Amino acid sequence: MFRYITRRLVISVLVLLAASVLIYVLTINSGDPLAGLRENPDPAAARMIESKTRWMGLDLPWYERYWGWFTGVAGCVTLACDFGTDAMGQDVGQAIGSAAGATLRLVTIATLLAIVVGIAVGILSAIRQYSGFDYVVTFGAFLFYSLPVFWAAVLLKDFGAIRFNTWIRDPAFTVGQILGISVALGVILQFVLGGAWRRRLLTGGAATAFAVGALFYFNAVGWYREPRLGIGVIALVGAGAAVLVTMLVAGLRHRRVLWAALTTVGVGIVAVLVLDGYLDEPTGAGLAGLLVLALALAAVVGYAWGGFSRRTAIGVSMTTALVMSLTVAASYLADHWSEYLDQQGRRPIIGTIGESTPGFSGGFWATALDQGTQLLLPTTVLVLISVASYSRYTRASMLEVMGQDYVRTARSKGLSERTVIVRHAFRNALIPITTIVAMDFAALIGGAVITERVFGWNGMGSLFATGLSNVDPNPVMAFFLVTGSAAIVMNLVADILYATLDPRIRR
Amino acid sequence: MSDQTPGRTGPQDGEEREIVATPTVTGIDPVPQTVLEDPVDEVADRSYSQGQLVMRRFVRHKGAMVALAVLVAVVLLAFTSIGFGPFPGWWSKSFVVGGPVIDGGRPTLGFLRLGEHPFGQDNIGKDYFALVMRGTQRSLIIAFVIGLVSTFIGTLVGSLAGYYRGWVEAFLMRITDLFIVVPLLVIAAVVGQMVSGGGIMALALFLGVLTWTGLARLVRGEVLSLREREFVVAARASGASAPRIIVKHILPNTVGVVIVSATLMISSAILLETSLSYLGFGVKAPDTSLGSLISLYEQSFQTRPWLFWWPGIFILVIALCINFIGDGLRDAFDPRQTREKK
Repeated sequence: MFRYITRRLVISVLVLLAASVLIYVLTINSGDPLAGLRENPDPAAARMIESKTRWMGLDLPWYERYWGWFTGVAGCVTLACDFGTDAMGQDVGQAIGSAAGATLRLVTIATLLAIVVGIAVGILSAIRQYSGFDYVVTFGAFLFYSLPVFWAAVLLKDFGAIRFNTWIRDPAFTVGQILGISVALGVILQFVLGGAWRRRLLTGGAATAFAVGALFYFNAVGWYREPRLGIGVIALVGAGAAVLVTMLVAGLRHRRVLWAALTTVGVGIVAVLVLDGYLDEPTGAGLAGLLVLALALAAVVGYAWGGFSRRTAIGVSMTTALVMSLTVAASYLADHWSEYLDQQGRRPIIGTIGESTPGFSGGFWATALDQGTQLLLPTTVLVLISVASYSRYTRASMLEVMGQDYVRTARSKGLSERTVIVRHAFRNALIPITTIVAMDFAALIGGAVITERVFGWNGMGSLFATGLSNVDPNPVMAFFLVTGSAAIVMNLVADILYATLDPRIRR
Repeated sequence: MSDQTPGRTGPQDGEEREIVATPTVTGIDPVPQTVLEDPVDEVADRSYSQGQLVMRRFVRHKGAMVALAVLVAVVLLAFTSIGFGPFPGWWSKSFVVGGPVIDGGRPTLGFLRLGEHPFGQDNIGKDYFALVMRGTQRSLIIAFVIGLVSTFIGTLVGSLAGYYRGWVEAFLMRITDLFIVVPLLVIAAVVGQMVSGGGIMALALFLGVLTWTGLARLVRGEVLSLREREFVVAARASGASAPRIIVKHILPNTVGVVIVSATLMISSAILLETSLSYLGFGVKAPDTSLGSLISLYEQSFQTRPWLFWWPGIFILVIALCINFIGDGLRDAFDPRQTREKK
């Protein structure tokens, strides 16, 4: 397996190297960088042309220019990167620092969300093949797949953000809106859960009633400006996650697994209560450390409870811990929502321009809210489009697997449908999806270039676009290098996952 | 329609779907009875050729037929309204000359009524319907040329790589690796910036040269399995040359894959071109395309939303129709994936 991954890595790096030559040559030949100056009637223009030619090396042959760039970048090996300067004389290395952070944050979150949602939707529509849900998902996938990214992004900006920002000034739903939203929720939920019509009526009705109650309550307490989750909701979500994950992965009959997951929830609640002071104003590194600690604790709990089903118990506990950590984060974000609203004042709440509010200063959670609200719309656009293709691939792959002989064998030896789907079919259906997700990563970066333009981010996309229109190779190459390396890392992860899922290629 | 999990074990299921084990040469082959009873495939009083079967299955695909009708309507509308090349169209307004702005350029399209400017006017009084039709023409031409070029190159490289293996295959695989590392949009933007002076044909040709890799991989996969089949061995044994085997014996069997992915290629080509034009690396002024129209009027969404709506709707409708047609073609060519009616 080590040899296999090393081989893939070496090939990727070589391809990156070859591609860098290709992109460099294409970029410097894509136009005339002096076009603006040539048309300038100013007598000083001739001198400017001459100085720009000298400092951009326009009079040198392409291989010397490439070599100049390459030796600068090769310094990265000794931690002395030199990405060169752009056409205005600014250091590209500095620009990369902030731009890469913003773009990679966007692309990573979008990829993760798209994977989770896409696979879940794909599996649901595969096991409910030719149901109403399946048809709706199929049509939706076609629609989003055919959607021009930039157009959808502008629509979302105007209908999503600008309307929300006016609404949040004085948020309340009318009775008609509450009923509409609740009925819609109920209809969607019964679609997703399916079943016989009586069960559908029951789930739909219960969801509608619950939503009506919740929304009236939210209206009454002004929840939209001052949301609170609190320890009760955290406990409830945690316990729900514990039961659900156990049900899906192991089945509720496996008591040890269930106890392990529930113990994890208990430990988590105690931890939140103890650490409340710190969690209110944490640091990023500290929070990451706590997450690792939580996962480790969950693993220990799973190990202690596990018995014969040790591995399952550890897996279930860790998943539960992850869900709980996310809920805790959501709870603290909710606590700081009103603080964030007050800070923004008349400025837009869901940002439509830029990757963070300029000059914003606040605590950890408020800053996270600021960046999060700016991330919301671009991420939604990218996720919608990726989910369209991921769910189709998952559905096709799942249907293919469900028709295999070993699935029939698993059914005929009396395994429950849950075991057949989760243990036998799902795992094997994941194998082709890993490849597709990894290969799709580059396309997602391409989509990010467009969304960044729509939402006015100073990310890698704008670095690339302005660099290319000025026929300025250094920013273009910086974009290429960062996104290319990210794609290689992504593919490496996919390769490792692939080898885990399919033991045949570990040899 | 039933939302039952397919193949769930239970008494209620056995009545609907019977899994009948059919003994074959290679062992026992489970063929669901329903697939055999597909009404289209049923040989009644006459027999059909392979092409006729595909055609009949395609025509019965409702979604694809609706999509085809809409697409034909859009193409006819775009090419007859403002005319194409030397042929004049029936729409009197020009997409080049502006006129007086009437009623703030608001669209006059109403129920059963076209009015003076059905899609409104832009800020210098150009008729927006004519502009959108012009953009649609340009985007369609580019998309079809990209589709043709990339299908041709893809089929050629794919069949050579699959049949001869060797360096062609290695080359194909490395190019595929390239697109894992570099987004297609990025290379396309650089190339688009390079050739945009040469007009839309140059742009379309060069984009076609960039987009063939997916199709080539698919064709290679098909050829790899076909070249081991008995009829190819027989052809080789009777002395057929390699080019003849590829053209006469292998390629006709890959036609389904090629047609389906050529169709889907056109829909992604239209999205690629409009994205490039939006970013400013594709079709440039004075020429126009649906993408550059959106880019031009993006800021006027608040004040004159129609300038923004129409080009986007046309892109969406064209891409959606082509995708549905591609889906119908796939079902028609590959009856194993055709839906079983329960």
